[in-house]
Amino acid sequence: MAIFRIGTGAGFSSDRLNPAVDLVERGALNAIVLECLGERTVAFGHRDRMADPQRGYNSLLERRMRALLRACRKAGTMMITNMGAANPRAAAARTLDVARELGLKGLKVACIEGDDVSTLVPRDAPFMDEPGMLSDVDLPVVGMNAYLGMDAIIPALGAKADVIIGGRLADPSMFLAPLAHCFSWRASDMPRLGAGTLVGHLMECGMQVTGGYFADPGVKDVEKLADCGYPIAEVQDDGSAVITKLPGTGGCVTPATVKEQLLYEVHDPSCYLTPDVTADFSRVEVAAAGPDRVKVSRASGSSRPEMLKVTVGFDGGFQGEAGLSYAGPGAHGRAQLAAEIVRDRMARVHGVKNDIRVDLIGVSSLFATARVRATEAEDVRLHVALRSRQKEDAELMLWEVESLLCCGPAGGGGYRGVIAPCVMTKSVLIPREQVKPTLEVMVA
Amino acid sequence: MNAPRCNIRRIVRDIAHARSGDKGNTSNINVWAYDPANYELLKRTLTSERIKQTFPLLIRGQVTRYELPHLCGLNFVMHDALEGGVNRSLNLDSHGKSFSYLLLGLELEE
Repeated sequence: MAIFRIGTGAGFSSDRLNPAVDLVERGALNAIVLECLGERTVAFGHRDRMADPQRGYNSLLERRMRALLRACRKAGTMMITNMGAANPRAAAARTLDVARELGLKGLKVACIEGDDVSTLVPRDAPFMDEPGMLSDVDLPVVGMNAYLGMDAIIPALGAKADVIIGGRLADPSMFLAPLAHCFSWRASDMPRLGAGTLVGHLMECGMQVTGGYFADPGVKDVEKLADCGYPIAEVQDDGSAVITKLPGTGGCVTPATVKEQLLYEVHDPSCYLTPDVTADFSRVEVAAAGPDRVKVSRASGSSRPEMLKVTVGFDGGFQGEAGLSYAGPGAHGRAQLAAEIVRDRMARVHGVKNDIRVDLIGVSSLFATARVRATEAEDVRLHVALRSRQKEDAELMLWEVESLLCCGPAGGGGYRGVIAPCVMTKSVLIPREQVKPTLEVMVA
Repeated sequence: MNAPRCNIRRIVRDIAHARSGDKGNTSNINVWAYDPANYELLKRTLTSERIKQTFPLLIRGQVTRYELPHLCGLNFVMHDALEGGVNRSLNLDSHGKSFSYLLLGLELEE
């Protein structure tokens, strides 16, 4: 094959669906990847699975499969996804159900497991990137997942699966695996694995490389952002690629959009660790190659890491957030008084000692700790946040903010309050030989 | 040093674009000069020392700057800079997604 065409159909758990359908229908893709898992997403999946053993996978899985499976079969496009999250088996079973309902007889669904290493990691395992060990955390563990690389995915490609579903499949590995399989790259060919990892890294966040998360009106204008298209990578045997998107979609692919994604969540550009390779992005060339086409080349790589990263999820209790707004002359002063009342009463009347954060949205919030100069606004929202293992603490805080409607400063309105479950995550390492990925292929 | 051409001080956003991301309690911000002619000015403006000194309560750990001169890019890795990170921070933006604009808002060292 001269060129392998791979697209992204989701770059995070809640990403858009209709542009993914468009991409499969018109993209002539060999493969599409739906990357739907962050460190915390898998921990939330474990909480869901504890509440219901049939859940724990991406909540949009059924909707996505229903919209994409028939189009994928028609186009001859295979799908790879980590939407299985904390329950790949249930996700695969649900996908089979959808395939049967759609009449897609013979569709092969591969389920990859073995990323759950909760029985393998000792309690005295040291943290990967900070002092301390697992047993220092005084919270219940909900799950532990090792990042699986291309070696876990390639057997499913060998089995000619139409849909490959896993849990903690590493984001770039879902792109690298079909490239390595198609071009028969050797597992020891580190420069090519590094190049394929760059393709995965650029593609894994979906529209963040095609003009999403880029627009800044007047400085960086992006056309038709509401209809932004997902990316396509046209990859060659040497690992170089052109990043592009479908004609007629919104957004843009320029050297600037590609560069912002090149180092997104990267620390040392010459040393980007994945389960497959130590990738080197420090000498990558980024060059315009026509309208909405950018060529990337000269990524490289060296040794495959001997240890795999494990995300350990903990039950973090609850987070409460509540807000109330003030507008017009003196809004800042009235919101400030409301903030003082909430702080005072939470400590003095309710004895809640947890950290409470109070922001005045419109005056100072996101940059409050950075101490960027506050503005004198006349439209200010009091925003109070608190985290606790006791749900009652969050309920008390919401009650205090709501009570300001009658008991607080003049003219407050627009109360909203919400309590949501919380997770906490830590990272540890595990020797890769202890992690044993498994594969099961089911047929609709 | 070139003197400013007018009274209004220019900011980093006038010559560069940026994106921020997080890993745990570590924030990284990549910054790119639009015009190679401004890369030296960008490097002079955005030093690790200046960034750490400008936001002492936010950035509590070490700041490391990586350079990609052939792409006119800088990558800042700022440790202990996310108020505990997404696990602990009660900042509305607990990932520090908005922090690219902390750097883009700094005045240029012209």
